Amino acid sequence: MMRHLLAGTAALLALATPLAAQDVAITNATLATGDASDPVQGATVVIRGGQVVAAGPGVAVPAGMQAIDGTGRWVTPGLFSAMTTLGLSDVEGVQDSNDERAPRSPFSAALDVQTALNPASESVSVVRAAGITRASVVTRPASSIFGGQGAVVDLGADPRMVVRPRAFQLVTLGEQGGAIAGGSRASAHALLRNALREAREYGRDPALTGGGQARAVDTGDDIPLDPRLVDTQSARRDDVLLTRFDAAALGPVVSGRQPLYVMVERAADIRQVLALRQEFPALRLVLVGASEGWLAAEDIARAGVPVIADPLDNLPARFEQLGATQSNVGRMARAGVKVAIGNMTGGTGDQPRNMAQYAGNLVSLARVPGGEGLSWGQAFAAISSVPAEIAGFANRYGVLRPGAAGDVVIWDGDPLEVGSTPLAVYIDGVEQPRDNHQTRLRERYRDLDTADQPKAYDF
Amino acid sequence: MKRLSLSLRAATLALACGALAACTTTGGGQSAAARSGPIVGEDGRQPYSSSYRAYPGRPTALVGATVYDGAGRRIDNGTVLLRDGKIVAVGDASLSTAGYDRVDGTGKFVTPGIIDIHSHLGNYPTPSVDAHADGNEATDPTTPAVWAEHSVWPQDPGFTRALANGGITALQILPGSANLFGGRSVTLKNVPGRTVQEMKFPGAPHGLKMACGENPKRVYGSRGRIPSTRMGNMAVNRQTWLDAREYANGDRKKRNLANETLAGVLDGEILVHNHCYRADEMALVLDMAKEMGYKVTAFHHAVEAYKIGDLLRENGVCSAIWADWYGFKMESYDGIPENAALLRQADACVVIHSDDENGIQRLNQEAAKAQAAGRRMGIDILDAEVIGWITLNAARAMGIAEMTGSLEAGKMADVVLWNGNPLSVYSRPEKVWIDGALMFDAVTNRRPVSDFELGQPGQGDVK
Repeated sequence: MMRHLLAGTAALLALATPLAAQDVAITNATLATGDASDPVQGATVVIRGGQVVAAGPGVAVPAGMQAIDGTGRWVTPGLFSAMTTLGLSDVEGVQDSNDERAPRSPFSAALDVQTALNPASESVSVVRAAGITRASVVTRPASSIFGGQGAVVDLGADPRMVVRPRAFQLVTLGEQGGAIAGGSRASAHALLRNALREAREYGRDPALTGGGQARAVDTGDDIPLDPRLVDTQSARRDDVLLTRFDAAALGPVVSGRQPLYVMVERAADIRQVLALRQEFPALRLVLVGASEGWLAAEDIARAGVPVIADPLDNLPARFEQLGATQSNVGRMARAGVKVAIGNMTGGTGDQPRNMAQYAGNLVSLARVPGGEGLSWGQAFAAISSVPAEIAGFANRYGVLRPGAAGDVVIWDGDPLEVGSTPLAVYIDGVEQPRDNHQTRLRERYRDLDTADQPKAYDF
Repeated sequence: MKRLSLSLRAATLALACGALAACTTTGGGQSAAARSGPIVGEDGRQPYSSSYRAYPGRPTALVGATVYDGAGRRIDNGTVLLRDGKIVAVGDASLSTAGYDRVDGTGKFVTPGIIDIHSHLGNYPTPSVDAHADGNEATDPTTPAVWAEHSVWPQDPGFTRALANGGITALQILPGSANLFGGRSVTLKNVPGRTVQEMKFPGAPHGLKMACGENPKRVYGSRGRIPSTRMGNMAVNRQTWLDAREYANGDRKKRNLANETLAGVLDGEILVHNHCYRADEMALVLDMAKEMGYKVTAFHHAVEAYKIGDLLRENGVCSAIWADWYGFKMESYDGIPENAALLRQADACVVIHSDDENGIQRLNQEAAKAQAAGRRMGIDILDAEVIGWITLNAARAMGIAEMTGSLEAGKMADVVLWNGNPLSVYSRPEKVWIDGALMFDAVTNRRPVSDFELGQPGQGDVK
């Protein structure tokens, strides 16, 4: 009872006062650096001033620095969870608490997730305790094919959650995009292309006064093409569909300053997405989902487009996923595609906390005859350095190397194994609290003794 | 996600067949249901009964593996003998294997076939299109007349994944949770069949799916009818039981599908599987069961079961739970990963379930996560006992423990050979036998492919 009380008080203080970065070395641990290499034993990691200054075997502990004995422990970079909704709801099924989608919003691409984030959300504290230190967060498309502008965040127990606002734009095509766009994939593509063109025009002429002269374009032997259906420099568009906010938000997408994440599953749909660059050459595409990516792996690799995949989807949940297989990630990786594990949200099977378990499954798949999985190093990279790189933070997050952020996790065992758990989590060198609503419930109900007082007095 | 998506789907379902009466057949039959016997049709046979038959198998000796027998025992370098669809013997390396094909299990593990007590394979199959949404007869809060087996699509590709990745050999298909009384469940062998009868587990009792809490009150409250509150849930439940008791205490001559199901529960022949999240609601249901004279066999989901482990132990009720789902709906807000371990500490019955076409492919991993959460708080539970959470305990709560669920001489030869410790993320089933027939073999790529997947990309893939 008293022990619980003290623990609770300490945690409350931790949340109320700013946490300071610690200079610390972890010695003699099994080290996974996140760069797809195999783990090495007997390694040391040194964090100073919120950054990693050294990681590897044969690293000396700087004089006077606090050292933590990592014997029997694993030390890794903090995990990076790509495409989450962390901090956007308290209870998914309670609409009042849920900002994951905006089905009745008049805006689309302009939606900026950072305005809805709650760093004190329960989901944030739960995944922090699971060793996830960074994430990309999105609002899901609902009223429009665009989800809006996602952000890169840290999951530290402090008020500053956003690391990079407006880090990417999200659009959904395929079955969901078609449904939102009015009933077909063709409509979704037309909407997307029109939006990108309007955004480009808006970039040139913020007033969007319209009034351009439409000239017929005769292509020779077929029906004359209306000039507004082709992308010419001279034609002005009068059929403006975007609000000015949304057009402005898409400007950086068209110019290639902001990546465009595209939710798409079917191989044919993937190829249509890759083809968008013929019309909009500056687009920086990232595929999200890509259940049938393995059927278009060569094309994806050739286009140099990275993928954020749901690694264990192996059922034809929708017709656009007929080819879904757990070998998808392994096959794409073998073809040279940069693949991160992600798109895990909510509190059920696909909750972000299970990211490491999912990565471990790809290692086990490599042992099944005919299955294509990942090596341990590749699998760990797929939940650390690769998603960080896709998010624009190569060498900064998801890796342990000099100059990287001091996002470090000490585990009680192999981090991909289902029985393992973090013993310490650092973000920017700050050791994080790992308690939350769940750990408090656990302690309260550690016994069922209510002889002296109700459980409600035990906190 | 399944629970939430199912319930949301239920809330928006079109009223396909109107009031309950229009969907059910009443009366007409001369043959009344026997008070304590099965329903018999005009032809004198039980309708929709199992036509499953075990497929041929060879006498097989699994040798050299670590054996978890499902009943809490671990045998290193064990021997398991299968013949004529049954387990002949389980023991150490001294068992004679003469006359058996030897399968070398050195470095591998053997468990009973994995059993999922809560699945919607077949009644919410993939592809998850509206035309396939057959799990909730969400047109009336009390539909004990419906039988889940009449919704099961045997070609659901999910059965094949559950076999190959999860080592699932038996599973209970339940109606959804839109209704207070969802209908009868069915237990299947995970053997592909052209018909659901060819999959039905011979001799398995029916279950009755019931549901507490948010789903029924939301689905019907949103239509302006009772129940719209938890007290409404209880009132409809109690009145339904009172009416059923009147039927059961009568001569039962006039056939009535709903009352036949409820009378089967009152007779103790149909097992109650009650979807319920909150501790306080489970306690109310236990009181209702005593008031009305029936038994709850298992609470399903039961995310707050750890708060009342003592009560669940005293009432002999199992909790069929996820390892770590939480927070996806209001009544799951207090879900914690230590639920299973705390129940075990209270000597209450634990079953790990999936309720999910993906989770069913790794119940072993879910059990391992629940075990690890316990270990971290100082509750150490042996691997051999944890395997029981997804084998024998499930079988007991499904009423099939006399036939399967553990490796014991005379039981069905439902067996998984794993390529490593099944409580490790790195292990997968290598071979699965059901009634002694080899139904999956990763080494020779012997695996089922449903009709639906023939000719599709990746047909016969490892998946």
